[in-house]
Amino acid sequence: MSSGDVWILGIAMTKFGKRPDTDVVGLGAEAVRGALGDAKISIRDIDVLASGSLRGPVSFGQLLQKQVGQTGIPVFNVANACATGATALRTAVMAIKAGEADLGLAVGAEKLAGAGLLGGGPAAAVGAVWQPEGRQGAIMPLDGIVSTENMPGVFAQIGMEYGHRYGGVTFDLLARISEKNHWHSTLNPLAAYSKAISKEEIMNDVMIAYPNTRPMCSANCDGAAAAVVVSDAKLRALSSAQRRRAVKISASVLTSDPYQPGCQVLPDVNTLTRQAAQTAYEKAGVEPGDLDLVELHDCFATAELVHYDNLMLCPVGGAVDFFESGAPLRTGRLPVNVSGGLQSKGHPIAATGIANVWEICTHLRGEAGPRQIQDAKVGLAHVIGLGSACGVHILERAAV
Amino acid sequence: MPTHVPARIPVVDYLVLDPAPHLVAQECTGCSARYFDRRDGCASCFGSEFAPVTVTDSGKVVSFTIVAHARPGVKTPYIAAIIDCDGTWVRANLDGVAADPAAVSLGMPVHLVAYSLGADSAGTEAVGFAYRPDSPVGEQP
Repeated sequence: MSSGDVWILGIAMTKFGKRPDTDVVGLGAEAVRGALGDAKISIRDIDVLASGSLRGPVSFGQLLQKQVGQTGIPVFNVANACATGATALRTAVMAIKAGEADLGLAVGAEKLAGAGLLGGGPAAAVGAVWQPEGRQGAIMPLDGIVSTENMPGVFAQIGMEYGHRYGGVTFDLLARISEKNHWHSTLNPLAAYSKAISKEEIMNDVMIAYPNTRPMCSANCDGAAAAVVVSDAKLRALSSAQRRRAVKISASVLTSDPYQPGCQVLPDVNTLTRQAAQTAYEKAGVEPGDLDLVELHDCFATAELVHYDNLMLCPVGGAVDFFESGAPLRTGRLPVNVSGGLQSKGHPIAATGIANVWEICTHLRGEAGPRQIQDAKVGLAHVIGLGSACGVHILERAAV
Repeated sequence: MPTHVPARIPVVDYLVLDPAPHLVAQECTGCSARYFDRRDGCASCFGSEFAPVTVTDSGKVVSFTIVAHARPGVKTPYIAAIIDCDGTWVRANLDGVAADPAAVSLGMPVHLVAYSLGADSAGTEAVGFAYRPDSPVGEQP
């Protein structure tokens, strides 16, 4: 431990899936109670709350407080697309690093079961009088008329663009990436779906946006996750049991997409991820080769492929070879998405950026049960929100 | 006898219909970054002066997807592509190609075409754009 470090003291995720029994505030409250219980502290001890629910109510954090404890602390309601959870965590970490708080709480929750296709506007209306609108003078909604705006389509283009640069990106390869994650999910009781699906079943399933079929797309579902973070000084004053299970946040990084030619035509999810990863490795003093496991933002099978490269798990242009080597299998050299990833664990948007940290922490604490990656000491959690925002957290087991 | 020329309107204002349909980008006078929308400033160099430039009609496919599932009212399947027109990326659908992965290839040379999107209640014809392969698909050289 050293002064300035920030630690995860407690963390929890709810079961992901269909949760008709409760609303988004209830899901958030469940995650908060779990995280506080895991940390063995009270809501009264928390100095700051950062919270997000992208499709939830305004003032989500305050509505949450009304169920878990209104203590008068500052609340930061954050929104950063699919990186909302990571942004909440980053906000709580910054409050501690700034010396304004000793204990912070970050929470993300979403009700997304049955949401269907995300992205893209309404279909073009025929018969109206054309009237140019917006910054492109569009006379009708452009989704389907001028390329695609829906998420499966955009991320398919992102994966195919990688294929154009480096070659080797095939439908078969991408289906096997998805097969890996669905296989991983069979060991995760909190996953929305925990069923192995063969490559053939994946390829023959409903096509959404080639090359992504339905099982290659993130699963819309309900869920929440929350984390209690603590300053190094405060952690020293806590019990040995609390200290032993604490997980060090060796890097907490958030980036936005820097200008690149073409980035306003096809969103560039690569540059900001690479910059976040580079900064995180430098801050943590860790190299990609030191990682024992990675949870990355596989919102689509095509996305997982490009992030092998962006997170520098392989040489530039080497994502296909990295997968073909077997490295990202849970039995491989650098397991990726042993939780099952967003394709099977599920993707309740604002919860995702904390749920992936929960997965890493659970392995670092040696508490992952049958899916435990043996002797895991260092892990990386990555999310990206299109628009774009990227969160990378590097976590390390307590040196006790 | 006067002939009535029906009014036409482009689907987006960066599609210019005369004398022949072509795309016009806003190019930053400071750093040459190109955009297809109304600008307040340049995202690359933060300059605020732009000049219209014609984008070359021909390019190559640097990415595509075949959208099979879309919002109600969007006709599927269709090929949504990214075209590199001599360094300027353009988003557009492909035309004149079967919506079949075997019919599309990365790097495929294409050129701009305009097509009718139908008329509104005042009789004004909306004109869209797409890119069509330079060689008929399936034809062997």
